[in-house]
Amino acid sequence: MRVLETGNHLVALAANAAAVEVVPAYPITPQTQIIEMVAELIVEGKMDAEYIPVESEHSACAALVSASLTGARAFSATSAHGLAYMHEMLHFAAGIRVPAVMVNVNRALGPGWNIWCDHQDSISQRDTGWLQVYVSSHQEVVDTVIQAYRITEDHSVLLPLMLNLDAFVLSHTYMDADVPDREEVSRYLPGYRPLWKLDPRKPVTHGSVVYPVDFSETRESMQLGQDNARSVVSRAAEEFRDVFGRWHGAMVDGYLMEDAEFLIVAMGSIAAESKVAVDGLRARGKSVGLLRVRFFRPFPIEELRELCAGREGLLVIDRDYSYGMEGALYTEVKAALYGHQVVPARSLIVGLGGRDVTHELIADYACKAWDGQLGEITWGDSHITRAHEITREVLCEFEELLDT
Amino acid sequence: MSRDDESVGYITSISRPVKGCAGDTGEWRVFRPVKDDDKCNNCLLCWVYCPEASIAKDTLEIDFQYCKGCGICAVECPTGAIEMVKEEKR
Repeated sequence: MRVLETGNHLVALAANAAAVEVVPAYPITPQTQIIEMVAELIVEGKMDAEYIPVESEHSACAALVSASLTGARAFSATSAHGLAYMHEMLHFAAGIRVPAVMVNVNRALGPGWNIWCDHQDSISQRDTGWLQVYVSSHQEVVDTVIQAYRITEDHSVLLPLMLNLDAFVLSHTYMDADVPDREEVSRYLPGYRPLWKLDPRKPVTHGSVVYPVDFSETRESMQLGQDNARSVVSRAAEEFRDVFGRWHGAMVDGYLMEDAEFLIVAMGSIAAESKVAVDGLRARGKSVGLLRVRFFRPFPIEELRELCAGREGLLVIDRDYSYGMEGALYTEVKAALYGHQVVPARSLIVGLGGRDVTHELIADYACKAWDGQLGEITWGDSHITRAHEITREVLCEFEELLDT
Repeated sequence: MSRDDESVGYITSISRPVKGCAGDTGEWRVFRPVKDDDKCNNCLLCWVYCPEASIAKDTLEIDFQYCKGCGICAVECPTGAIEMVKEEKR
């Protein structure tokens, strides 16, 4: 069914189409519309699921884990500080090896208090063991929610999946999209078949004490699940294309990459904006393409080695920062290529706290990077702000105050 | 035991509810449950509720290697047959 909806509402409709059975959730801007619509669908009798209103995000994730352990298909959604508050349980969910899908609407972490988009929230949860995918269009939101259950529930994976979509740019803008109904989806995504579940006939405890003699192997097993996910992601995308005729890439997606001498590497909605930048640069005779990193965990190591081979340069765009080092995507791209490809790369940090990232800006920095005019790391669009002025004024006032 | 090839390598923190699954919890004990056999009506509620599974179902004997002295058995006992007595230095 074609609908005109916000990215958030499309998430709720897709979760219903994926026959989600339990939804524990706690509201937080800019995600709230998702769980509001889920609640409405359940009340109106259009969605057959249990909604669990919890007292915090920590509990939301705990209930998500428990619901999944009973053999139910579980779903939740959060953003920024909510995701940060879940941090302990994120490790728990991945360590216990339960499938689940949680949508994170990417929002900056405060302070300064900010509800707008950047990737700091999910990037900060990089090492929890969750699979992470970043989408760049409304239709991809719908299709990836459905694909996500195929991936997380695969018995060779059994790790929870975090689906990241950009606050406001995707979450609150309206776009028409096709939402398949439950019956169509069931042909692609059958009911969840657990490897095991909580059952009083065979009582077990999950997450119990593991002594040093056994611990490392449980962690190695999580990495094996991540490695297995690479082929499962590709298969899920290919079979989705066979059934629904739509393609958003698998581990990565690309735009005019084949003959490109220079590549822009980006994630999320900045990657969509980068397509416009690529078109503009091509019109000016510059051979530029886009490599969109779709899955950040597992990281597309092989794809990057293959696709970056022989390029003259890369501009890696981060909407996050690992303080004391550099943008996280930039680190990962270089690590994947180390010892395999020698490609000069530059890092661009833009779009933090929801600052607009235009195709003109991306094209401008891509040209500068290719021409060797950029240092290794550039904080893009940097200027004197009102925050500079106020900080300076307050410092002066305190200087006077402390002198008297 | 056999499993599909797909689950080989899948290891997680799972345990069965057996006596001693949390270690020698008897070392934690400050109060010791003492059972009055005259009051006990063999309802087995203490056996059901014991979180360490340290009460034998057939004899209702308590295994003090694992009994951590939590007192749940004493609270649940409907006839008041279990008294919690402070452990003394031996």
